[in-house]
Amino acid sequence: MKILSIALNTFRENLRDKLLYNLLVFALLMIGSSVVLSRLTLGEFHRLILDIGLGSINFFGVLIAIFVGIGLVSKEIEKKTIYTIVSKPVARYQFLLGKYLGLTITLFVNTVVMALGLLLVLYAQGVPVEGMLFKALALIFVEFMVITAVALLFSTFTSATLSAIFTLAMYVIGHLTADLKVFGAKMDDLSRGILDGIYYLLPNLERFNLKGHVVHHLEVSGSDLTLIVAYGATYTAVVLFTASLIFHRRDFR
Amino acid sequence: MTTNSEFVVQTEQLSKTFRVGFWGKKVTAVDGINLEVRPGEVFGFLGPNGAGKTTTLKMLMGLIYPTSGQAWLFGRGLGDPQTKARLGFLPESPYFYDYLTSREFLGFYGHLFGLWGAGLDKRIDELLDLVGMTHAKDLQLRKFSKGMLQRVGIAQALINDPELVVLDEPMSGLDPIGRKEVRDLILRLKESGKTVLFSSHILHDAEVLCDRVAMILKGRLVACGRVNDLLDQGANHQVELVVDRLTPEGLDHLRPLTDKVVMQGDRMLVVLKSQQQVGGALEIIRAAKASLVSLNPQKGSLEDLFIREVEGHRRPPEDRA
Repeated sequence: MKILSIALNTFRENLRDKLLYNLLVFALLMIGSSVVLSRLTLGEFHRLILDIGLGSINFFGVLIAIFVGIGLVSKEIEKKTIYTIVSKPVARYQFLLGKYLGLTITLFVNTVVMALGLLLVLYAQGVPVEGMLFKALALIFVEFMVITAVALLFSTFTSATLSAIFTLAMYVIGHLTADLKVFGAKMDDLSRGILDGIYYLLPNLERFNLKGHVVHHLEVSGSDLTLIVAYGATYTAVVLFTASLIFHRRDFR
Repeated sequence: MTTNSEFVVQTEQLSKTFRVGFWGKKVTAVDGINLEVRPGEVFGFLGPNGAGKTTTLKMLMGLIYPTSGQAWLFGRGLGDPQTKARLGFLPESPYFYDYLTSREFLGFYGHLFGLWGAGLDKRIDELLDLVGMTHAKDLQLRKFSKGMLQRVGIAQALINDPELVVLDEPMSGLDPIGRKEVRDLILRLKESGKTVLFSSHILHDAEVLCDRVAMILKGRLVACGRVNDLLDQGANHQVELVVDRLTPEGLDHLRPLTDKVVMQGDRMLVVLKSQQQVGGALEIIRAAKASLVSLNPQKGSLEDLFIREVEGHRRPPEDRA
């Protein structure tokens, strides 16, 4: 119940944050502009709308997760609002999970709004909507959950600015980890071991990217989908657990 | 671990060392403090800025962990959720969720104590009335002045009707009216049987409000006890007289007994060296047919005591966390 109260308060905080609306408006503009851009291409305009649309949802969602997300904990510590919460009968992990849940609700609502924008554009342009699109959207949301957890982890021990930089770096690296494995295969045993270690430690965010599947009408099996979601959930849980451990030991001064 | 629960707050050799800077240099903020706060009293925790008051209070509130020593609230170890349900805390110069209105703000804190519905609404109305903020119940906190924030901050600390109220510098940054209101509020809390522990560097407030005080300097406790006892201990027992129409002759007789004489037309202010001089001085005044307007034994103030302690403990300056 306490986690839920904190989550709802966080959600309310997000709803009153101008940054959120700015990002959302830009996302919708980007999705809308795909119509204009698709006119510039020959023939393949369906693909372009889907590609830009899903890309925008992913990119702006991640920006929201990072820039609203890092404020969650580090801002509370910097502004000392956390003093009044931790001195109440609220365990520190409850505070952390409440914050996480609150931002997840915000991101869910945002994803739905952006997805509706995309559907509207697709409908207006007469592009057929396939089930694959919804699977892709679902995995984009799972990616947001992983990124948010990472942002939260960083903000339990560093400043808001540094958390933003680290999380952004994690996002970029997370989409390139597959290269680490390819690169490692060409190296000696020790280097390969190290690169493999990093590969498994970092989130493999490319797993959540089904844009290519949607655009090229490829299928993903149900078991693959389940596995990917399970991977996202496990990664998130481990990151949140680590964040709780760090947060529990920390002095607020 | 539990201990004697006769005290609301008890600490034993409570210490905190911070590591600061790149090399992790050790800085002792609180150094072996022993405190005992009894039920129903107003206890002042006094000291200059950077003395370790806030650090001590934060340790009691579970915001930072002691490096060594122990502390108990209501006889229970720190961080016990049951204990937290019985206390209220107002941090120093608090920033609150400024996107909330007073009502939403207090509602949120109420939920953290498991309060919901009509009971909570009633409690919020009572508290807003108590701190005189009913007119601003639907105003966002970002539009509040510092005094208003302090008042909803106090309301927040009282939402669970706590037995112990801990206020960190509740009077700082407030105008004289705001300070008086906070003082009145603390007295009202005492009347309703609550224990109040507050820190301050404004000694006058402490003198008026507190049953007992502790004085902290550079992380160490330098004085602790009833306000009157501390004042008596520290007082120099001078006596101040105001006399009208004393002849120059009379003044010559009086002078050896005095520390200071200030003339203002016909009237003069005479400070006697000690209470032993009172009898002699009165005889001289009577013999000179002058009239005595007032006679005030000087009690000394916490401020005098404080300044003496500070000067007595002057050590080479250290960095403070």
